[in-house]
Amino acid sequence: MAGPALTVTDGPSVAMVGVTAAYGRRTALSDVSLTVAPGSLLAVIGPNGAGKSTFLKLIAGLMRPTSGQVAVLGGPPGSAAKSVAYLPQAEAVDWEFPVTVREVVMMGRYARLGFWHQPGREDRERVEAALETVGMAAASARQIGALSGGQRRRVFLARAIAADPELYLLDEPVTGVDARTQEDLMDVLEAEARSGKTVIATTHDLICAAQRFHQAALLNGRLVAHGSAELVLDRRLLAETYGGHVLVLPGDGEGLIIDDAHHHDDAPHGERHYHDGGR
Amino acid sequence: MDPIGFFLDPMAYGFMRLGLIAALLVGILCAVMGTFVVLKGLAFIGDAVSHAAFPGLVIAYIVGAPLYIGGAIAAVATALAIGVVARRGRLRFDTAVGVLFAGTFAFGVMLFSTIKGYVTDLLGYLLGNVLGIGVGDLIQVAVLGGIVLVIVIAIRKELLFATFDPLGAAASGLPVAGLEYLLLALLGVTIVVSIQAVGIIMVVAMLVTPAATAQLLVVRFGWMMLVAAGLAAISAVAGLYLSFYLNLASGASIVLVETLFFVLALVLGPRTGLLSRLAPQPIVSAS
Repeated sequence: MAGPALTVTDGPSVAMVGVTAAYGRRTALSDVSLTVAPGSLLAVIGPNGAGKSTFLKLIAGLMRPTSGQVAVLGGPPGSAAKSVAYLPQAEAVDWEFPVTVREVVMMGRYARLGFWHQPGREDRERVEAALETVGMAAASARQIGALSGGQRRRVFLARAIAADPELYLLDEPVTGVDARTQEDLMDVLEAEARSGKTVIATTHDLICAAQRFHQAALLNGRLVAHGSAELVLDRRLLAETYGGHVLVLPGDGEGLIIDDAHHHDDAPHGERHYHDGGR
Repeated sequence: MDPIGFFLDPMAYGFMRLGLIAALLVGILCAVMGTFVVLKGLAFIGDAVSHAAFPGLVIAYIVGAPLYIGGAIAAVATALAIGVVARRGRLRFDTAVGVLFAGTFAFGVMLFSTIKGYVTDLLGYLLGNVLGIGVGDLIQVAVLGGIVLVIVIAIRKELLFATFDPLGAAASGLPVAGLEYLLLALLGVTIVVSIQAVGIIMVVAMLVTPAATAQLLVVRFGWMMLVAAGLAAISAVAGLYLSFYLNLASGASIVLVETLFFVLALVLGPRTGLLSRLAPQPIVSAS
């Protein structure tokens, strides 16, 4: 796999230093430090409640850390919101809402349009191009709720593409979609990363993370490890992340099964960073 | 009866002309705001805000201030307070609204019971009487309602995004919290403007029913707003004529015509009605 062809900024797309975040009194993430370079394709992995969504919300500026610093595209979170596309989890959206596929994708243009302005020709062209990219052009007049789960994820990715962002923040983009859709969506994300965009996606799918992402970050209330997907997705680190409930099937080493239902709350100590010079 | 006369005869009366204009304005305004009320699940909030306007009206009456001002302050303050509770509260949201709703209305009733003498003005606000509206009131309705409509139409795309996907909208830089408070404030103004026509108790129906009917009929946000406004306008006219010829309460007549449309859409509509059961639904294959 080729490295990033070009970088848009000299600095990292995302930098966190000693970031702790909490919901009320419940700490969701503690003392996370990492940097994500432009052109990265980063999978954020961990059990339920490990802070994966919190991690994305901190970068998106939807949540403020209780301590520590977050920098996104060279400024505080939210300062470059027009260059950040955030894809919420499927559960966060009201699918009965009366909007068509094309209207949803057009929402990706709203931040750039600004108040009072209505979409013009360039906006409509970008929307159509984004729908082409994800293979949903034929369904553009349908109501969003009439689509399957996989098709909805395609449409939301099209909305993100239409926003023409530097940074993609995707909460479970390939959860609950069929294999074909997963491959298609990952092809699109890989192409975006190759063109210098930064892609950060949470996922439960370790196989997908190992095969399709360049980097992985393991979370379990803290950052267990961050580095090349090959190095980080190892049995011992995954056991540390998931509290020991990882079964490794014999064979090619990719047959991992996570027993997520019973992961322990006592997080193991120590934090490892793997730097392999980038891919 | 001569059909032209049927429509023109009531218009010979000044109160019918003013009442018809007021009912159309209020109906359309409520339908447009009601689109957001239905999509955001704010029906209970609408009911709470309308009841909360009552103590404001009573206080204004007691101190001799314009009733509208008192009602507006109480309604908008309650709407914003509900917004704060929704964002910060630890209680279940509908519980908090229920407490606020009952408490403010009880406060209004208590104040009301202290007034001695002639209070027909205030009682009129409970059930509403669109046919009793004066020219001055009508101008207030038109100006305030017009301001609300202009704001909503000007920022409809931001309101649409923030309502459909608040997280995605906030991440793209839209001031989602600010838009929500603005929407609640506009809802408060809408309710106060509408109370005189249909009364505190029925204003929630004016907000919810046409928009709910429209949601059964169309699948696009813009169309939902237009269809709701159209249904509200037809209901306003039909309700007033019913009221005139059958000597029925005007507000109740309008609400009942709106409810009739809702039942028709529910039973016959393309999305939920019997007609859709007869024809096979197109099924989108997963890909």
